[in-house]
Parts: sequence; structure tokens; C-alpha cells
Amino acid sequence: MPLPSAGPPWVLDRKDLGLLLASLRSSGYRVIGPRVRDGAILYDEVKEEGELPIGWRDRQEAGTYRLQRSEDLRVFDFHLGPQGWKPYLFPPHHLLWTARKDGGTFRVESGATTDGGPLAFLGVRACELAALRVSERVFEGGVPDPTFRDRRATLLIVAVECSSSAPTCFCPSMRTGPEVTQGFDIVLRELFSPWGHRFLIEAGTDRGRELLQPLPLRAAAEEDLADLEAQRHRVREGIHRALPVEEARGVILANLEHPRWEEVGRRCLACANCTMVCPTCFCSTTEEVPSLSGEETQRYRRWDSCFGLGFTQLHASSVRSSIPSRYRQWMSHKLATWWDQFGSSGCVGCGRCITWCPVGIDLTEEFAALRTKAASTGSRAGGVPA
Amino acid sequence: MGSETAAPPGSHEGGASPWAPAPYRVVERAQETADTATLALEPVEPAPPPGFVPGQFHMLYAPDIGEAAISISGAPSDPRRRVHTIRSAGRVTDALTRARVGDVVGLRGPYGRGWPLREAEGKDLLLVVGGLGLPPLRPVLYEVLAHRDRFRRVEIAYGARTPKDLVYYDEIQAWRARKDLRFQVTVDRAGVDWYGDVGIVSQRIPDMRFDPSSAVAFLCGPEIMMRGSAQALVDRGMSRSSVYVSMERNMKCGFGQCGHCQFGPYLLCRDGPVLPYSSVERYFALREL
Repeated sequence: MPLPSAGPPWVLDRKDLGLLLASLRSSGYRVIGPRVRDGAILYDEVKEEGELPIGWRDRQEAGTYRLQRSEDLRVFDFHLGPQGWKPYLFPPHHLLWTARKDGGTFRVESGATTDGGPLAFLGVRACELAALRVSERVFEGGVPDPTFRDRRATLLIVAVECSSSAPTCFCPSMRTGPEVTQGFDIVLRELFSPWGHRFLIEAGTDRGRELLQPLPLRAAAEEDLADLEAQRHRVREGIHRALPVEEARGVILANLEHPRWEEVGRRCLACANCTMVCPTCFCSTTEEVPSLSGEETQRYRRWDSCFGLGFTQLHASSVRSSIPSRYRQWMSHKLATWWDQFGSSGCVGCGRCITWCPVGIDLTEEFAALRTKAASTGSRAGGVPA
Repeated sequence: MGSETAAPPGSHEGGASPWAPAPYRVVERAQETADTATLALEPVEPAPPPGFVPGQFHMLYAPDIGEAAISISGAPSDPRRRVHTIRSAGRVTDALTRARVGDVVGLRGPYGRGWPLREAEGKDLLLVVGGLGLPPLRPVLYEVLAHRDRFRRVEIAYGARTPKDLVYYDEIQAWRARKDLRFQVTVDRAGVDWYGDVGIVSQRIPDMRFDPSSAVAFLCGPEIMMRGSAQALVDRGMSRSSVYVSMERNMKCGFGQCGHCQFGPYLLCRDGPVLPYSSVERYFALREL
């Protein structure tokens, strides 16, 4: 069979999905994909097709996440879990270097940047692809982060287009989804209809095309494309939350002293859940771990959060001592000043921060509150900077 | 923005990790005040350290303890020596201030954008300094005195809490004796054995001699001091874009990736620490930003 090329997408039968996994694994990739663990769907190593969350769905709302069995056996019928792909490219706790005492001075040896062979992410959604692009700007736009760079360089991406939406989703208004249009090696679009259970499959790169080669594919027929169109329509119809990316920066910067910050800050527990589940939050701190012998010391990078009191410690006190000031920092960074720093929005509309907020703070609702007031008092011009 | 950098901020050779410090030996140490010391460092390795411009900072590493962002307070013309004045304010800076001659510490950088000294050429240059704001401005003075003819009037106002908190005491005496610059010193409070001015440093501004239409001011010190001083300079007719401030925040990386040093839209380690007052005025006014 010739290399599948651009043109009409191909169809992979549901029963042959395991062959894709085998193709990835036999090409040397460690496949990371969705698995049911601890009552949630997390991304972990997947060796066999049966480990995927077949027939699992989730129910999400602000402050709520529940897994449940579904009536059918769709493979990717769930939405985003708490974890994201971030830990695989930007590990939560990571050895930066080891310094060894050496005749009155010290020698520094950098830590390993990768953790075994190349990774293949299986099941990356459109908003998560957007988050990856945001992270590339952060970690590779200036001084490259060696860990992110080395892991990203060999990463293979198998995207999965969402076949349904969660109530917490707002990717359309963030212009990041729900359709997968770019940034993948392979994309799967799961179709489940009277025409059968199958995947439309498409390669976005030569690497992706090579991996499709051993698979039994057939060209997509009219009913496959019709199913996809109907599904895309349903997904968009199901998304009700919105946060217009074009307005975000202007509204936030015009309202840095809005009373709403105080209000939301009084509900916020400063637990940092939103920053941990956010696929783009990148703040980190460092830790020094000297050995007991005193002969060497290790320096680690650990995820940090702007919700912590110590985050802005300067001399004896913290700049952002109140929780409202920390909430303002997080939201205004995510939606507004990220543009100034990295040339993009820091939010991709995945909704994780809404689901995993223990008190159900919803940033789309907070934004709407700022915007309503902004509209009535006349907002300062200043959308997305050119 | 007119700020200057010597090398690309945070640049590092080859494939070395940007997080890795290089060993530097303490070659000279001076106790400035009860809690503040100046360390002159030279690289343990034969290769000379990267160049820097006044206003940039290094991440200094106290072995087995951790790192802190410390501005460079020596002369940029010195090819090997990197001087830092450090106040003991936490575990890392406490260990650094206790380092003795011969000890080895770590250093990486330089980072950040420094003072736009070139912009001050042909103009009056004002330095308004509070407390430990003097160390990041001392390299400016060294450069100005090395090329004194490039600048018109040079006026310095330096304020400290008490006479005991003045750093570079002997050097200040020498600067005050010069005819080609004016160096005023004031303290917030003093005993009767103090012969100088008492009062906050921004109160010296009405007395500074300069042409507001052709002057550049560099401000360094506590935020409240910079805010008051910047306003006093604007009140005297200076443009907000000719007044520069050096901002301080918690920093972990130095190259825009740890997120700690955000100040509104700025990552201070990368976009600052020196910024024009016109860019920060709005954010100065916001509490807990």
C-alpha cells in the first residue's frame, strides 16, 4: 500500500485500533494515553488497547468530576481529566543538576533531560494541542528549557478530536477547538453511528504517514464524512460557556481595580488546584537537596503556584499577601499579560480550572462579571496587541 | 525601551543547562554595614566571565543552600572580577554575606536589561538612590567617571535609613570631594553626631541642578521611594520616559521561565529590572500587584 497521503481521510476500523498502538510501540515510542486511575482519567503509559478507558464517560461541572460507565463502548467518549500532558514535558519535580565537591570548589553535572525513549501522546484534544503551542512559546521562545526542548523534539502526537463536549468546555470562544486542524502527526476522529464504530484517521506529518502504513485503512466514504459533520455540529452545539479571546486582554487590563477581584478572592481558597491542572501554567521554584555526606548537593525544579504566599516573597514579606491579589494575578496573567510576555493567550479554554476548583469558581463567569461592569463604565481600548 | 544588554539575556554557552552555576572564588570581602557585605568574585575556571552592563544581575549560589538574584556592583571594565553587595535578608543571602576570602560560591548570568546609559550621553544624569539601591548604580558611576566628558551635570542623591546603613562609605567621601559631580547624602534619622542632611531622599530633588528637558534619571531603592522620587522629578518637568527605575521581585530562574518576578505585563528578569517610569507608573499605583 502506498503511503496514505493528503486527500480524503482514511478509515480505521474500531477493531484495528490496537494495530495503531502496536505500530507506535514497535517504532520505539513509549505511548502515553488516557487510563482510568483513582476515579479519574489520567494520562499514563498505555501498552495494550484494553487499558484505554473504553466505555467510560465523565460528568463535569464547576467543582465536580465523576466517572461513569456509558451505554456504548466508545474509546474516547470522555473529556479532559485533571492531569493534562504537561507533566511529561515539564515534570512536576525534576533534577536540574548535581554539584559535587571537588578540591575546594565544585563541579556541576546537569540532570538528564529525558526519561527513557521518545514519547507518543495518544489522545491529545484540540485545546491541548493549543496548550502545547503556548508552552512552546514559554519554554522555547527565549532561552530554551533543555528538558522541554529534548522531550518535545522527539514527541509524536496522536490527536483525538472531541466527539462530545463537557459543560466546562469553552474552546470555541478561545479559538482553539473543538476541531483538530493542526499540530498533530496523526489525528483520530471516532465515529459511532449506524454506519459502524470506526475512526477517521489522518496524518499531518511524514512521520505520521509512515506509522499509518502498516494499518488496514480504507478511503473514507460519504457516510463517514457525513457522520463527522453531524458530530462536529453536535459538539459545538453542546458548548455553552464562552470567554471571547479577542476581548480578554482589554477587559482585564481596564479592570485591574474592579471590586469583583475582592469578591472572587474571598471565595478562593488559594489551594492552587487551578494552576496544577492548567495545561499552560508554568511557574516553578527550585529546591536544594544536599546529601547527608555533604559531598554533593542536588538542585530540583518543582512546580510552583502564584496562589502560594511564598511565591512573591521579597525580604521579610510577600508582595501578594491577600488572596484576591493572587487570584487577580493568576487570571490577569492567563488572559491578559501572557500576551505581553509570550505573544499569545495563556488560556486555551479547556475548562479544567473550573472543574477542579473546590469551590466552583468559574473564570468565564468571573470574566463576564468584569466585562459587564467594563461595558457600563466604558472599557479602555486594548484588545490583543498587534 | 532604551535599556541595554551586553549579551542576550540569559545566554549560555553550548549545550550547558541555563540553570547550572559556575564556581567563583571570593577574592575580596568588605563588611559594609552590620548586615551587608561586598564580595569580589573571580571565576575558578580560567575563562573570563561574560561581560555585563550596569544594572544587570547575577544569580548567586550559596553552596548547599540556594540561589538569590543579586545586582552587579563592580566596574564593567574589569575583565575578571564580579563584585556584589549583599544584605543578609534570608538563608541564602545570609550565607553569602558570611562567605570568606577563598570560599567558592556559584554564579550564573548576567541577566536582565540594565540602565540605558547611552541615552544619558550629552545630557544631565541624575541618580536618586535609596538604601541598597546604590550597589546596582555603582557600575553607572564607574562608567560615567571613566567617560566623564560624555555627560553634562551628574547629580546623585543617596538616602539611607541611618548613617550606619550607608554603604561604600570611603568611596562616597572620594566622590563627594570631586568637582565634576555632586553627591548628596541624606539619612532618615540620625544622632547628633551626624553632620549631614536628615530627611527622605526625594526631598533632595527640588535642590538638584539639572535641565529637565535634557536630563535622564536613574532611580533605585524601595518602591515607595522610587515612586515618590519619580513623581518629584516629573513635577520638576522631566518626562516620564526619561526617568528609569529598577524593580525588585522574587526570582528563581533569571531568564523568564519561573514566573516569580512578574510585575504586570513584565517579567522583570527578562524585560527589566530597569524599566522607564512611563511603563510602570500605572502598576506602581496598584496594591499587591
